[in-house]
Parts: sequence; C-alpha cells; structure tokens
Amino acid sequence: MGNVSQEERARGGCMAKVTSKRVKGQLIPISLTINGTLHEIDVEPHELLLDVIRDRLGLTGAKRSCDVQVCGACTLLLDGRPVSSCTLLAFEARGREVMTIEGLAQNGKLHPLQEAFIEHGGFQCGFCTPGMILTAKTLLDENPDPTEEEIINFMQGNICRCTGYKKIIESILAAAKKMKASSSRI
Amino acid sequence: MLKRFRLEEPESVKDASDFLARHGESARVYAGGTELLLVMKEGLIQYERLINIKNIAGLDEVKLDDGVIHLGALATHCKLASSTLLQERLPAFVRMEKNVANIRVREVGTLGGNLSFAEPHADPGTVLMVLGAKLVAGKSSSRREIPVEKFFVDAYETCLEADEILTGIRVPLLPSHSAVAYLKFGYLERPSVGVALFLAVDGGGKSIADARIAVGCVGPAPKRIEEAESLLKGKGFDEASRLISKAGEIAGDASQAISDLHGSQDYKEHIVQVLLKRAFHQAYGQCQPGGKGQGGLHG
Repeated sequence: MGNVSQEERARGGCMAKVTSKRVKGQLIPISLTINGTLHEIDVEPHELLLDVIRDRLGLTGAKRSCDVQVCGACTLLLDGRPVSSCTLLAFEARGREVMTIEGLAQNGKLHPLQEAFIEHGGFQCGFCTPGMILTAKTLLDENPDPTEEEIINFMQGNICRCTGYKKIIESILAAAKKMKASSSRI
Repeated sequence: MLKRFRLEEPESVKDASDFLARHGESARVYAGGTELLLVMKEGLIQYERLINIKNIAGLDEVKLDDGVIHLGALATHCKLASSTLLQERLPAFVRMEKNVANIRVREVGTLGGNLSFAEPHADPGTVLMVLGAKLVAGKSSSRREIPVEKFFVDAYETCLEADEILTGIRVPLLPSHSAVAYLKFGYLERPSVGVALFLAVDGGGKSIADARIAVGCVGPAPKRIEEAESLLKGKGFDEASRLISKAGEIAGDASQAISDLHGSQDYKEHIVQVLLKRAFHQAYGQCQPGGKGQGGLHG
C-alpha cells in the first residue's frame, strides 16, 4: 500500500477503485461502503471478503485463523451484523456497509469498547480482539444493558486462547456501563 | 482456498431449476454458503457453477398461511430466531434456532440451506420432524411437498431431484395442550446428540394423548423413532414416567448412532436416553393447562 496514512487505511486504502488483476474468469462489479467510504471494485465470484479486505484494501484488523467460522477472529460487521469474512464471498457485500475494527474509532477517539478493553486488560496478544470488539458492539447496539449471562451467550462464537474470558466479559460490562452513563447525560 | 467458479443469479425458481437441469452435477445451489463453502474451501468438492438463489423474491418469508406456518427456505437462522410469529407459535423452534452454531453463522446461514446440505450434525431437521413439517420442493414446472421423514436419505444426501430446489417449509400449528422440547449435547463446535419430543396431553393433563420422538446428529440423518413413541401414547403420566427410560433405550438403539469423533455408539445411545427423559419432563410441564406451554396457550 506504500505510504498510506492511518486515516486512509481506516477508510479502506487510498484507492477509490481497486480492480482485480486477474484476467480470466468472471468479474462482478460491486460497490460497497467500508468504514464510511464508498468503494467500487471488481471481484471474482470465489473471492472471499476477508481476502479482499486484507489483501486488496490493506485493512488487516480482521484475521484469518480457524477458517471455518468457529473462532471469530475474521469477524466484520455487514450492515451492523457480525459475519465470518473467512467464509463469506466478497460479492455478498455489494450495496452494503462493511465495518472493520479500523472504522470503529471516530475522529481519533476510541470507541468505549476499545477503551474498556484497554482499561480492563481485555486482551493480551490481541489476535482475537478485533472480532471480540465488533461482536460486542453488535450486542450492545441491540442490548445496551446485557447481563453477564447474555454476554457469554452472545459471545460464545468468539474464541480467545490467551486472555481468558473473565477480563473480556468485564470489559464489555464496563463499556456498557460507560455508554449508558454517557447516553443518559445527553 | 476456494477454486474459481462462475456465479449464476436467477430471479425465479424456474430459472434456477433450468440452470440445474442444464449443468447437472457441475452446478450447485448456493444460499448462505455456511456449509457449502467450507467443503469447497477444503477442496473436498468443486463446482463449476454456483447458483445463487437469494435474488429470488419471496423465498425468505415467514408467515402464517392458511392455518400453517410457512418458513421460507431462505430465511436465515437469525430471522427465524427473531420472528414474533414463531416466538408466539413455535417457541421451541425459536430456542433451537437461537442456539444454532454461533451468531455469525446464524446471520448468514439459511434454514433451507441447512436442510438441503443434510450435514448430520445439525439441529433443525430433528425438530421439524416432531413438528410434522413438510418441505416444499419446486422445479420448472411443478412443486411437491415432502414429509421431513422422507427428505433425509443419508449423510449429505436428500431426496431432492437434481433440478429441484427447496423453497419452503410448512409447519402445522401445534394442537392445544401440547409442547415441543429439543435438547442437545455436544462439546465440539457442532452438536453430538439432539433429541426432539412433541408431547400432547389429554384435556385434564393426566395422560399422554400423542407423542413424536426424533433423534439427530448421532448417525447419518435425523430419525423418527415410532417404536419409542408408541410406548408412551395413551399412558398416564406416572406410567409414562416409568417407561421413559425404556423409550430412551429404544430410541438410542434405533437412532443408527455411529462411533466417531463425537463419541462411541454406546455413549451416544446413553445420551439419547438421558436427553429424552429430560425432554419428556420439560415438555410435559409445558403442555399442562396453564403451563408455560406452546400449543396450550393457543388451543
């Protein structure tokens, strides 16, 4: 990606139009919004959203790990809902809004979930963290005041191998509390 | 990695069926892709064409249609889990849907895809079997209804013809004083054992008017176990409670359990027995007059 600034990276790279280099096969022109920026790209039917986002657009927050929709490291939000981008064909994102972890902070300010994960030690190696935070965002968007049990149930498809789940649950509970307090102030 | 394939996007069942007829085994219907893409990524199976049926209008509807609940084949697990109609009429089905795989799979995966792929370690087929559901299959010039019991032929194999597409699932409303329980057990990412029970009691709630039992995940396909059902039908609650262990034993024996990564045949048969007993008490409690029931609320 050369000298792509952090800000450009968060918008999905500096290129407004990314064209597939492949010449054979079928190309599907799609337009999609990634972290608020509209992109028009051509994808082949077999291309996976994770590969397009990571390799063609340079957004490496989502990770390939289990590759079978079990671990949650590749989680992205599609129209606000979590999906496994490792097993989602890229053309499925046409006309839709994709959010990656790079698009969560607004104007340089971290999202309350990101702050809470830092404050409460919700990550160690960080590999699962983008997926954890995006899934937790979906949970808090639909249920701003979840119980611990509801968090465990909702997050059970996101696997962490080093932090341990206690700190993650604490982080989500803390973020919910913070978001609730700030919304009641408005 | 996925190998290259071409994508077709028909806008009618007829066009989709025509594609299937024209391309034969080199083409496959694609909906959510949560099962299909996994085996294609592994290189276990390859198709030259995937036929995306999600552009066919109306195939994801969930509605009450002429006294029957119609579940569109393209309804995702999330859509089914959050349907107010289903929450009211088929709460056991909603509970099952809420626990399919994980939130990401439920968001994308469809009920029709789950059934058509016929992966043995899946929940919906087992529950639909005790609900007395019929699957609607369509092709260019005709449509037919298939009882769930006849739909599953073997692991990954259904009775759908090469140019047929599953378009919907029709579930009769539960009668009064009845309930459904579905219990599953597993420690891997997919369920190892699933037991579904439909129970109806007589007006006074003292005896078992009807029972349907199905076992899934343990063998090649979900299986209805009528021998175990007949042991319970017409019995008083106390007698049925005494017989439920025997019914569980019969269900385990008849379930065609196999030894695999999920456990030995004996182990799975034992779990079937345990789950059926629990399902019996859960369903019985719910179908009592005034119980937190299902059919009982709407009878």
